[in-house]
Amino acid sequence: MTAESVPTVGGAATSSTWLPAWFEAWFPVILLAVVGGSLPLWGDSFFGIIATRVCVYWVLVSGLNLVVGFAGQLAIGWVSLLTIGAYVASALTAGRVTPEIPAYVSLVIAALFGAVFGLIAGLPALRLRTFYFAMTTLGLSTIVTQIALAWRSVTGGGVGIPGPSMPVPFDTPWGFYYFTLILALFCTWMTCNVAASRFGRSLVALRDAEVAAEAVGIHKPGLLMTVFLFSGALAGLAGGLFASLQSYITPDAFTFDLSVLFFIAILIGGRGSILGPLLGTAVLTILPEFAAPLVQWSTFLYAVLLLLIVLLVPGGIADLLDFRNRKPLDRHREIRPRPELLGQVLGDGQRGSVLEIKGIVLAFGGVRAVDGVDLQLRSGEVHGLIGPNGSGKTTVLNVISGYYAPQQGSVARDGGDFTREGSYTRARRKIARTFQTPRIVGESSVIDNVMIGATTDGRASFVESMLSLSRHRRDEASLRERGMAALALVGLERIANVRADRLQHSELRFVEIARALMMKPSFLLLDEPAAGLSVDEIKRLGQLIEAISRQGTGVLLVEHHADLIFDICDRVTVLNLGKVLASGSPDHVRTHREVINAYLGA
Amino acid sequence: MLVESIISNGLAVGAVYALIGISYNVMFAASRVFSFTAGSVGMLGGVFGSIFIAKMGMPVVAGFLLTLLLGAILGVITEFVAVRPVLKSLDQHLYVLSTLAVALMIQQLTAIYFSTDAVPFPRVIPIEAGIVDQKFWLPILACIVTILGLEYLFRHTLIGRAFLAIAEDTYAARALGLPEVGLRMASYALAGMISVLAGFAAGQLLFASLANGPLLNFYGFVPVALGGMGSNRGAVIGGLALGLFQQTANYFFGGIFSSVAVFIVFIVVLLVRPEGLAGAATARRV
Repeated sequence: MTAESVPTVGGAATSSTWLPAWFEAWFPVILLAVVGGSLPLWGDSFFGIIATRVCVYWVLVSGLNLVVGFAGQLAIGWVSLLTIGAYVASALTAGRVTPEIPAYVSLVIAALFGAVFGLIAGLPALRLRTFYFAMTTLGLSTIVTQIALAWRSVTGGGVGIPGPSMPVPFDTPWGFYYFTLILALFCTWMTCNVAASRFGRSLVALRDAEVAAEAVGIHKPGLLMTVFLFSGALAGLAGGLFASLQSYITPDAFTFDLSVLFFIAILIGGRGSILGPLLGTAVLTILPEFAAPLVQWSTFLYAVLLLLIVLLVPGGIADLLDFRNRKPLDRHREIRPRPELLGQVLGDGQRGSVLEIKGIVLAFGGVRAVDGVDLQLRSGEVHGLIGPNGSGKTTVLNVISGYYAPQQGSVARDGGDFTREGSYTRARRKIARTFQTPRIVGESSVIDNVMIGATTDGRASFVESMLSLSRHRRDEASLRERGMAALALVGLERIANVRADRLQHSELRFVEIARALMMKPSFLLLDEPAAGLSVDEIKRLGQLIEAISRQGTGVLLVEHHADLIFDICDRVTVLNLGKVLASGSPDHVRTHREVINAYLGA
Repeated sequence: MLVESIISNGLAVGAVYALIGISYNVMFAASRVFSFTAGSVGMLGGVFGSIFIAKMGMPVVAGFLLTLLLGAILGVITEFVAVRPVLKSLDQHLYVLSTLAVALMIQQLTAIYFSTDAVPFPRVIPIEAGIVDQKFWLPILACIVTILGLEYLFRHTLIGRAFLAIAEDTYAARALGLPEVGLRMASYALAGMISVLAGFAAGQLLFASLANGPLLNFYGFVPVALGGMGSNRGAVIGGLALGLFQQTANYFFGGIFSSVAVFIVFIVVLLVRPEGLAGAATARRV
């Protein structure tokens, strides 16, 4: 591999599709603008009304897509937010609670209400199991309809209430259509921006590799709350538009069927896609209009469709449209890390730092998995942690990473104790790790997986990313450049744009190392990085680890390959039954009688 | 009079919630899956009873047995269509969607072929109303009979012990040679029967109504979540407490705000104690 073939920033050189990268990224917006904008030229007014409906639904679905398709939260009752937005906008313009308010202002207030209730509906997702969250959104949608029926003074009860009517020039059907189309385009553009930002990548990481996401410093509650606010605001706005489109609303208009439509549009479209759900929304909205005899059966057919998608094509339309990943990969791929690039990736390491583990005790029920372990990890050295299966090696790593809080003992860096802080705080302290079974987002590209590693280095806020302001663009350019450098370092830059689930096991191990190095860690915890590698690959891995430590990073290496350990470690700690059996230089440990009896064998 | 009404209504509705909760639990024990069909099948208990007895004029006993049989069949269909194909990838939570799809189909078929409005349910036992009407004590009786029946099944029969073994550790049970698939189907049949029993016994109280499906789904799940999943004792105590709480709130604040109150209590309790009031800590993640 020569230096010339290192791909350019943006990875265009390796994607080799028939379209430029920017076109692919903005395709949903372009498609909607071209098809939607030209509609009055070729469609009649009946079509215009259906297209308006598509746009209104898409305003909601584009936001919900971040919750369902990206974050993987099963929000099945989102119609409740549409209902709230519709009634807020209608009640305000009709002057039911306040003096009459202009339609534009009422839409903004509807969006605000939607955001607040989106957050409330989302709260259970921060702590609860998947089914619980699905159930609470379902419960909310039933309750909101009941309230709409009962609160007559504001909602008009079963009689209903007129929706807001738009002022000139949006008061005609085509005028209103263009109004909703512009909003739909704006929403598509914003969600495309979010999807291509560190926030979008973090959401997908939380969905498919939550533990790894925490290890790189992604704070799940904070991120999810932001997304629920955003998604709720779009749903509330869609509600106001919906009420205006209906021109008169009653609780009957907000059946659970709508929720099912929104949800299935995303599933048909495919998780983590924007084009797919957009097409899904259009198809599901248009189809019943042209199959009048089926109207009664439409929800039943949605249900059948839902079952079929779940059982047969969990990937949705997006998978069918993913031509790039059909191309076969080179079969004989060899991983050749280039440690000489380390300076570029890690920068100037900070030396003279100590990670100190003191007397940690952790029992699961009656089993004392770790029973008073002490360990010191200094920058610039490789520290081996070995021992028989079940001796507590991974548990020690998990305590350092914050997945478990020990019952006794402490973990501190240079005197600063952080034993009981959540796992997402470790990234801030520059402690990175890899996992025994690689925790990779299979549906994302390799480069996206690596870029997740430096999530905490992003400076742009969610709003800046959503609107693609300059700080966001700088973030992306620098993260991508660093990501490509990290991939070149571990020798995987040629497959940067390949979906990660197409990689071999050994390649995933190196992707994890590249992701961990993105953090510029002071301390790196490697959990059996050599498992499943070939002899040659293990040798190169050893060289890479040594080179990393020479840059000033302290490496804690859990491993079963004794050769690797004794080759590259500066110090070795042996665990047995949760206790330290021996600790010291490799030579000391290798000849330690008890270590030979318990672990190494004669 | 007020207190009596709250108590009789609350305990009766609570017993229905408890039964649906037990139905959730029986399915969960056999497969680690919560199924949205628990409430929809419960709704069908009332619908079937109304069709067979009031519309077709069957004897009460025959209509009841036929309802139970159909409940069992629906349970088996749920297992076969929506649960078995997605058990391989339990961590992806596809069961939430597949069981929701089946529940939606049940709701839609009922809307098309039965009615979207509430239909009165016939009197089950031809006696005069005593101190307490049968519409109140029938659900409570059904709940007691179900608990005693399950207790007998689990403690005193070989099949019941095999159920418990599967619930405790599926892999170990399979290694012992227990017919896991057969027992899972039997569990779903049993859960279907418990659900329709709830709907049938509550027919005179809640009517045969499509709207009962989502309501039973939600209010039946609340005691399961609050009482700790898999615990039938928790479901019964939680169900009765929920019924009493809801009826009390109903009298003081009106029907709508009682459901809001239930919803708020549900979310707040779960946010404070995600494992339920009586549940155990979560499993290991890394």
